Amino acid sequence: MSRNPYVRPVSTTTWYMRHGRYKVYVLRELTSFLVMFYSFLTLVGLSALAASAERWDAFLASQQGTGMMVFHAVALFYFLFFQTFPWFKLAPKAMPVQVGEKKVPDNTIIIGHYVAWAVLSLFIFWLAGVL
Amino acid sequence: MAIAKKAVVWGLFAAGGTLTSFIYPALIALFLLIATGNVPAGLQFEQFHTFAVSWLGKACLFIVLFLSLWHAAHRLRVVAHDFGIRKDKLVANTLYTVAAIGTVLAAFYLFSIS
Amino acid sequence: MGTRNIELEVMRYDPEKDKEPWFQTYTVPCLEDWVILDAINYVKDNLDTTLAYRWSCHMMVCGSCGMMVNGEPVLTCKTFVRELPDKVRIEPLENFPIERDLVVVLDDVMQKLHQVQPYIIRKDDPPAEDQEYIQTRGSLAKFKQLTMCINCMCCYAACPQYALNKDFIGPAALALAHRYNRDNRDQGKSDRLDILADHDGVWDCSFVGACSEVCPKHVDPAAAIQQMKVDGAVEFWKQKMGIPGDKS
Repeated sequence: MSRNPYVRPVSTTTWYMRHGRYKVYVLRELTSFLVMFYSFLTLVGLSALAASAERWDAFLASQQGTGMMVFHAVALFYFLFFQTFPWFKLAPKAMPVQVGEKKVPDNTIIIGHYVAWAVLSLFIFWLAGVL
Repeated sequence: MAIAKKAVVWGLFAAGGTLTSFIYPALIALFLLIATGNVPAGLQFEQFHTFAVSWLGKACLFIVLFLSLWHAAHRLRVVAHDFGIRKDKLVANTLYTVAAIGTVLAAFYLFSIS
Repeated sequence: MGTRNIELEVMRYDPEKDKEPWFQTYTVPCLEDWVILDAINYVKDNLDTTLAYRWSCHMMVCGSCGMMVNGEPVLTCKTFVRELPDKVRIEPLENFPIERDLVVVLDDVMQKLHQVQPYIIRKDDPPAEDQEYIQTRGSLAKFKQLTMCINCMCCYAACPQYALNKDFIGPAALALAHRYNRDNRDQGKSDRLDILADHDGVWDCSFVGACSEVCPKHVDPAAAIQQMKVDGAVEFWKQKMGIPGDKS
């Protein structure tokens, strides 16, 4: 009996289409484009802020419009559901907390994240003068 | 030491990921608000400039930008690999250079706000 | 109890005759309480004795019967027919070379399990009468979940990073390393570091989490790997700042 193992080919470019959970993973990872985008957008704003009041007002004006509204609204939902919430859900896995013999339940840690997120967001809104 | 580099890079990625998960929704929401034409008081030039002049303000803005940039750079490196782009060294160097440029720019702009 | 006819589409491969795998269909009258392994055994016993596959305990403790059932890596002794549609596709575990029919070549992961030095490593060597290592329930709780691995390799079948890079040490081996690193009787963390901190070690994992989703024993290898990444990052900074690290 001679061995002749068969290696099934895996596409390096479309492997994620094989299963729903892979597609979700890819969507999750693609939020990094948003992080890069908003970082550089903020940088552009900072350069305007550093220049003059007129440049800053011009920057703010350039950010107005329906197109931008739609983009930011979509980005917000995409980011919340494919980055923030999944990150919170996975947090207890990376930082398990044990008290005595018992492990702190995952849900406790997750809820703690949500609470901190809500408080932090409200603080940012308060700082920005929204509240 | 390659081992050490991975630990540092991953550490930045993890810190950036935690930070962006918490802060970016609010940040995006602020951009959304600006897009509707309603610029909140704290983002008017007077207020925001005062915030950015303070060392606390500078520190906050720098840390947010620094961690976000490195988080995105590292993650996009993995994305490239996941999409079949196998030139890891080239991709890594390019992305980390972009993050470095962003970091330097952030420091430069923040430093020049006075 | 009535029977339901299930159509099994089973991947076949004869290394001496076939250029590539193909599918053979069998119709199996399944009883309501059957698992898919029972259906495969029915095929072997009544329809086609040439079908080759691994199985043993039929009770989710030996890890032998892992296969892809409708695209999902599962233990066939744990997958109930009543939860499956009438057409079921059975394939050998993904990401492994096919030896014959549903039997895969597991040499790679076997070697990796060895690589992580999965045994208690002591730096000291006390005399026999001092060799009682106290382990409280709390200490055990730190790693007990990780001891549940039955080496079924469903996690490797699910892991896309292993699919893309066969050098990646992979979920089960890494979880096993973590099991020993977390055991208070062990002092071998630094011994295992070279393998784990290597670029084919923990850093190849991108936290897809598929491994933990498919693990039939709820070992949660994904969590173990993330914890090792955190440990690795913390350890690096400790060393940089001159804080004595984990000597164990």
